[in-house]
Amino acid sequence: MRRRAAALSGDSKQHCSQATESGYGASPMLIFIMKRLGFMVVIMIVVSLALFVILELSPGSVATKVLGPYTSEEQRNLWLEQHGYMQPLYVRYFSWLGNFVTGDFGESTRFKVPVSEVLWPRLWNTAILGFWVFAFMIPISLVLGILAGMREGSRLDRTISVASIITTSVPEFASTVIVSAIFVFWLKWLPGTSSMTDGFSFKELILPVMVLVIYDFGYVARMTRASMAEVMTTQYIRTAVLKGLRYRRVILKHALRNALIAPFTVIVLQVSWLLSGVIVVEFFFGYKGFGALLLEASLNDDIFVIEACAMVAVFVVVVGRLISDVGYQYLNPRIRFS
Amino acid sequence: MTSSSDIPVLEIQDLNISYYTRAGEIPAVIDFSLTVNKGETVGLVGESGCGKSTVAWAVMQYMGHNGRIKSGTINFKGRNLNELSGENLRRIRGSEISMIYQEPFAALNPSLTVASQLMEVPITHERSSEKEAWERSLQILSDVRLPDPERIMRAYPHQLSGGQQQRVVIAMALLSKPSLLLLDEPTTALDVTVEAGIVKLIADISRKFGTSQIYISHNLGLILEICDRVFVMYSGEVVEEGSIHSIFTWPKHPYTHGLFGCIALPTADKNAAPLKPIRGQLPLPHERPRGCNFGPRCDYFQAGTCDVEAIMMEPVIGSQATDHGVRCVRWNQIEFGTEVAHGDAKPPIEIGERVLEVERMQKYYEVHDRSIAALISGRRIKLVKANEALDFDARRGETVAIVGESGCGKSTFAKVLMGLECSTGGVLRYEGREIGNLPVQKRSPRQLGSLQMIFQNPSDTLNPSHTVGGQIGRVIKKFGVESDKVKIRERVLKLLDLVKLPQDFYLRRPRQLSGGQKQRVGIARAFAGNPSMVIADEPVSALDVSVAAAVTELLTDIQREHKTTLLFISHDLSVVRYLADRIVVMYLGQIMERGTTAQIFAPPYHPYTEALLSAVPIADPEVSKREIVLQGNLPSVLNPPKGCPFVTRCPRKLGEICERERPPMQMAAEGHAIACHIPLDELRKVEPVISVPEEAERIHARQEVGAGED
Repeated sequence: MRRRAAALSGDSKQHCSQATESGYGASPMLIFIMKRLGFMVVIMIVVSLALFVILELSPGSVATKVLGPYTSEEQRNLWLEQHGYMQPLYVRYFSWLGNFVTGDFGESTRFKVPVSEVLWPRLWNTAILGFWVFAFMIPISLVLGILAGMREGSRLDRTISVASIITTSVPEFASTVIVSAIFVFWLKWLPGTSSMTDGFSFKELILPVMVLVIYDFGYVARMTRASMAEVMTTQYIRTAVLKGLRYRRVILKHALRNALIAPFTVIVLQVSWLLSGVIVVEFFFGYKGFGALLLEASLNDDIFVIEACAMVAVFVVVVGRLISDVGYQYLNPRIRFS
Repeated sequence: MTSSSDIPVLEIQDLNISYYTRAGEIPAVIDFSLTVNKGETVGLVGESGCGKSTVAWAVMQYMGHNGRIKSGTINFKGRNLNELSGENLRRIRGSEISMIYQEPFAALNPSLTVASQLMEVPITHERSSEKEAWERSLQILSDVRLPDPERIMRAYPHQLSGGQQQRVVIAMALLSKPSLLLLDEPTTALDVTVEAGIVKLIADISRKFGTSQIYISHNLGLILEICDRVFVMYSGEVVEEGSIHSIFTWPKHPYTHGLFGCIALPTADKNAAPLKPIRGQLPLPHERPRGCNFGPRCDYFQAGTCDVEAIMMEPVIGSQATDHGVRCVRWNQIEFGTEVAHGDAKPPIEIGERVLEVERMQKYYEVHDRSIAALISGRRIKLVKANEALDFDARRGETVAIVGESGCGKSTFAKVLMGLECSTGGVLRYEGREIGNLPVQKRSPRQLGSLQMIFQNPSDTLNPSHTVGGQIGRVIKKFGVESDKVKIRERVLKLLDLVKLPQDFYLRRPRQLSGGQKQRVGIARAFAGNPSMVIADEPVSALDVSVAAAVTELLTDIQREHKTTLLFISHDLSVVRYLADRIVVMYLGQIMERGTTAQIFAPPYHPYTEALLSAVPIADPEVSKREIVLQGNLPSVLNPPKGCPFVTRCPRKLGEICERERPPMQMAAEGHAIACHIPLDELRKVEPVISVPEEAERIHARQEVGAGED
């Protein structure tokens, strides 16, 4: 079966089919994931090299950042000696990398505690925020996108399209101000800050989530709409209709599966968007998350926190890509089996 | 039972369909009436844009958002489909009326298995249980003669070959035992030998299940093989209708008659009896003339008679068939003569010296296997033998055809010849110089200009954002023919003359051109550098019948004038027989048979050639053919048979030797070689596949004699 499929498709895709043909039954999917993981490691190493070159190449500036500008040459040299900065470059890189892999990111100069003690709780807070953003954004954008794409050019389609263009065009820093004006100052329904000083509070989470959902749902909805509209014009949808299937079944069984392949990738990639998107929102609402941490570290030259944040961000992006690629393979049998 | 068989299955009366666009109302189908009785197969034939598919969509009530049925009734078993509610319509669609589509791959949902796409038919229409639906689907798959139905059920559409996909679509349409089947060009996207299998299947089905069919096609030969009655459509109207026999033997409408003159029937000959294209083009729907739509293109047009008022369908009085009708006011006055229309005889082309020599040329592709299994076993590189030991030559002024189905390596050979790929062995000499390893970038402008190509799809080969003149002019400059701007322009205009396009086409862009005009531009471009050899890769297969005839004739005229060598790549043996002096038959990258056209079309045949000949539909009811239907699919090029490449499908397989050993090239006559294990004496005993009656034995001739005696 697979051999025939390979004969139909182009030469380039045939390597996997031969794996099964020659009898060593390693699944093509597993091979694919292994390859992707390999790539991931390579990307992480390249990024770490870049980071190291940018931030740690000249020991003098590291010492200045860590100890502050008003230290003497002697103090800095002493610190550099203690922290192994006098060793050759490659030794420094590998010990730096080793520390990173084991989770030792150094000590924050701003918070005066090990970086990991600040980083993980902050990342967790952002994960909570992200979870709720996705919990609302995905259903809203998929439903709207599908409704709009089902009947291209209908009034519903035009309404949804215009609404999503408008919301997507308003940047977060503007919509934070607008929603605060409405819900905090005018209606006085919600608190204006989300610092969670008295423990976790859903009420404080509402506004940040709202801002991010408003900004992002339009984008995903329009991607879904385009994909759905395209599927609705295909011949296999015509076949399904002329088979005498009920309209609901045509949509749910024949259209959705194919229409959701493209939006799925987009949604997973929103995870990496969220990492940068939260900076403004977290800062504005005083939410103690990853974005706010990154901003604070940058403003204060907190070099080890910046390094840790950068590596975490890259890791999240790469994992996001992996998930989206694997998911795409799974959803699309044409790729899965050839 | 008797009463139900009396009512026609489908009765369309005075149907008018229009599309509504920004330009206004465009009538697509005008005054259309048709009756389909139980078990009958009715053909709709016509060129693109004549409204034949629109009729099918109207029966399905699936017109798109801008199409509307203006007037008329479509009665299906006594119920007017135009008045059915959505829910009632849905119950009829797919259960009582089913449809089979042109492109099976596009018609199947890529992300659902065959099983789930089949099973939902009985589940929806008959509330079958899953188990019952599964069993019925399995049964129907074996009814459409798919091997290993269990495996097909679990497969996704892309894992099947084109022919298998179409069988699945047919199975899907038959699952609920419909009384009416609509077939919209069901074999156009398939290879000829696969087509032959599908056509046979469709015929068997209508016999077995008593299904009525409406068969839509542009191919008169197929219509002849399949249908009982035929409706010839032109520009939205039926211009002639009647039984197959009466239409094909005594066509009354000048358009029908003209169509027969456009197709390469076995009686046509490029020198003695060339094709006679219908002049002019199909009028655009909003530019239809007054009176007869065919008027401006008709040789029998009479001002004052044909262009006054809309022409009505008239019964042909005195015809053998009672249902013969024609939409022509002058049908009684026109005498077509006894034969199919032919153009004037042309002088044959003189064959000159050898231009192209191919000796044991081979082209292997390396496919890299990057899987872990291949890493372990060490077999990382697999060879795809796209061309294996090709041996033939071509002379000046000669037309050599390479024939074979998709995947036989004919396009690979064209690529090597053009320098897009390099050969991996053997000799490829053009005008005395080796070019097999000379990539296109390293060829001199003169070499490039002297070896050009005409492509299959003219729309894809012209740059949409440049003018026609600009595109041809650039080629002239690149080939170094002219460099002066004024001279380039002059030469472009001369080329436009050569391909019989008006000079004001210089400033037009491809989107303003019809398909035939685009292909003429393609030919002008190929002839810009005064080539001594032109490769034509299926140059007319994407064009309509009458347009294809005009382009074919144009090509032979230019060839005659310039003494060009033509390498004609095609799968259509009837066009090949008409055009080619010599033929090379390829299968899976190897030459199966080569010889002159006469040698190829007469025994001894290679078994594959025999099957190919049998698969070509011929639109002449008096030509008889032996039926040979090949089983199975083309093997994968990655894993070809060890011995003879054709062994897996060969109906004349001798035995083990065919599987084990490469067949020897046997010389049947001077220049006629057959690669087969069967001894030549055996092959010589085979009867001819196609037998054309002598002119004196034709119905027409006998009729004439009979009329004389009266």
